Amino acid sequence: MSAIHIQQLYKAYDGVAVVDGVDLEIAPGEFFGLLGPNGAGKTTTLRMLLGMTPIDGGQVEVLGLPMPEGERAVRERLGIVPQFDTLDPDFTVIENMRTYAAYFGLAGPEVESRIDRLLGQVNLNDKRGARIDALSGGMKRRLTLARALINEPEVVVLDEPTTGLDPQARHHLWRQLRALRASGVTLVLTTHYMEEAEELCDRIAIIDHGRIIACDAPSRLIAEHIEPWVLTVGGADAGEVLQRELGPKDRAHQVADTWLVYTAEPDRLRERLRTLGHEPTLREADLEDVFLKLTGHELRD
Amino acid sequence: MSGDHPILPRPSLRFVAVWRRNLLVWRKLIVPSMLGNFGEPILYLLAFGYGFGSLVGDLDGMRYMVFIASGIICSSAMFTASFEGMYSAYTRMAEQNTWLGMLATPLTLDDIVFAEASWAATKGLISAITILVVASLLGLVADARALLALPVIFLAAFTFGALALVITALARSYDFFLYYFTLAVTPMLLLSGVFFPLTELPGWVQGLALALPLAHVLEIVRPLMTGTWPAAWLPHLAVIAAYGLGAIILATYLIRRRLLR
Repeated sequence: MSAIHIQQLYKAYDGVAVVDGVDLEIAPGEFFGLLGPNGAGKTTTLRMLLGMTPIDGGQVEVLGLPMPEGERAVRERLGIVPQFDTLDPDFTVIENMRTYAAYFGLAGPEVESRIDRLLGQVNLNDKRGARIDALSGGMKRRLTLARALINEPEVVVLDEPTTGLDPQARHHLWRQLRALRASGVTLVLTTHYMEEAEELCDRIAIIDHGRIIACDAPSRLIAEHIEPWVLTVGGADAGEVLQRELGPKDRAHQVADTWLVYTAEPDRLRERLRTLGHEPTLREADLEDVFLKLTGHELRD
Repeated sequence: MSGDHPILPRPSLRFVAVWRRNLLVWRKLIVPSMLGNFGEPILYLLAFGYGFGSLVGDLDGMRYMVFIASGIICSSAMFTASFEGMYSAYTRMAEQNTWLGMLATPLTLDDIVFAEASWAATKGLISAITILVVASLLGLVADARALLALPVIFLAAFTFGALALVITALARSYDFFLYYFTLAVTPMLLLSGVFFPLTELPGWVQGLALALPLAHVLEIVRPLMTGTWPAAWLPHLAVIAAYGLGAIILATYLIRRRLLR
């Protein structure tokens, strides 16, 4: 049985489809990433998964239970880290944990020791009595994660959990997520950070205009969708030079005043560019290149 | 579109956890909160009762102070529950995202809205109880029948809380609540028999007042506090309950449409 099964999912706002025939199977214990530009339908898909947005068409099953009919039973077994902070500012750290536990119907000594353990895990034990507005952004995210684990969930859903965090806080959160993955929890993550998805996820779906346009392991997405090397060339006449020197299978793409050349054989072109007085840099193609190739370079809002 | 959702809310007992959350926050702020819910109505009672009472003399065969005590209890429950259902609930809904946090747990929107109305009812009841205690210390309460007024006030405060939640569901900012206060709460306060008998007003105004819930609350509570049995209490109670039921259904529907779209 899949942890999450989504079939032909459809959602429209004012007649405009924002999720348009999404199919997904996420296996138990898998760390799954959902990538896409802003407005691509990631968050709407997640919200339908959680029973927080009515489904206009298609089917969603979470842990074998149909949504939205099973919302109560599903959310009892789910941990949710939302995109925006929903910590309760009227309470301290420990009160936030207790109140949230009460929403699950959890109370008593067993829950108290679970709260201690979770706060320890996210390094917030010395902040137990602190007010929420006294916490840093990173601390709030860690508390949100600890809170989401209060019911020992089988599936944890994270909507852009590291947006706005400094690198230290981000790496700390990654460690937590890897530990969860190791303990057998299924994880579903949306993010705008490609290296984060590449680092953490077993499998990634790239979604755009409400449709899944690619879905595979990060390394396979890179192998299948893009040339292995990227040459970056700057300078006013770079475009002109490339037009002459580009190999038949190479692709060049202009971003602002630099050019990206996607190629399988970078050596010849790199030498040519050097002799013409350019200083190209060479790197391996990564998930971001795949993402930009599949979703385009235009700005989204 | 919330099409496949049943129109009748189906709250579960889990709503108690939400109610309790509000109780815990209230306990932290108990001093300023009690001052607002209790101090102000007591001031009204004393100022109007003593200041005005000596000019007015007796009303409906009772001292003006006795007359107005039951009015202040009802209007205070209305104000307290309305405030809670608007300013406080709106803060939790739109400013603090408290409800969104709750929706990540087994709680449903039905639980949350029902809990908020129940909490507004609780606050209305708390304010009524404190005023009742002061009123009885001042000798303004006839007998133990007054205790029967409390469940009626609780139901009424639930109704006013649920009505306020309807307004909250439609509000885009705190300023919006002024419309409701000016167009509904204040007219009810002035026309429902809080400060003077309803019968002093022209017939069409009486009709208007009886179309709104507060006058019906007074029709039951005032006799109970002054030592008689209310005549025809059932129709009055039915009006209050009907407003409450309609409001909780509408509030749940509108808030669902707003948050879970």
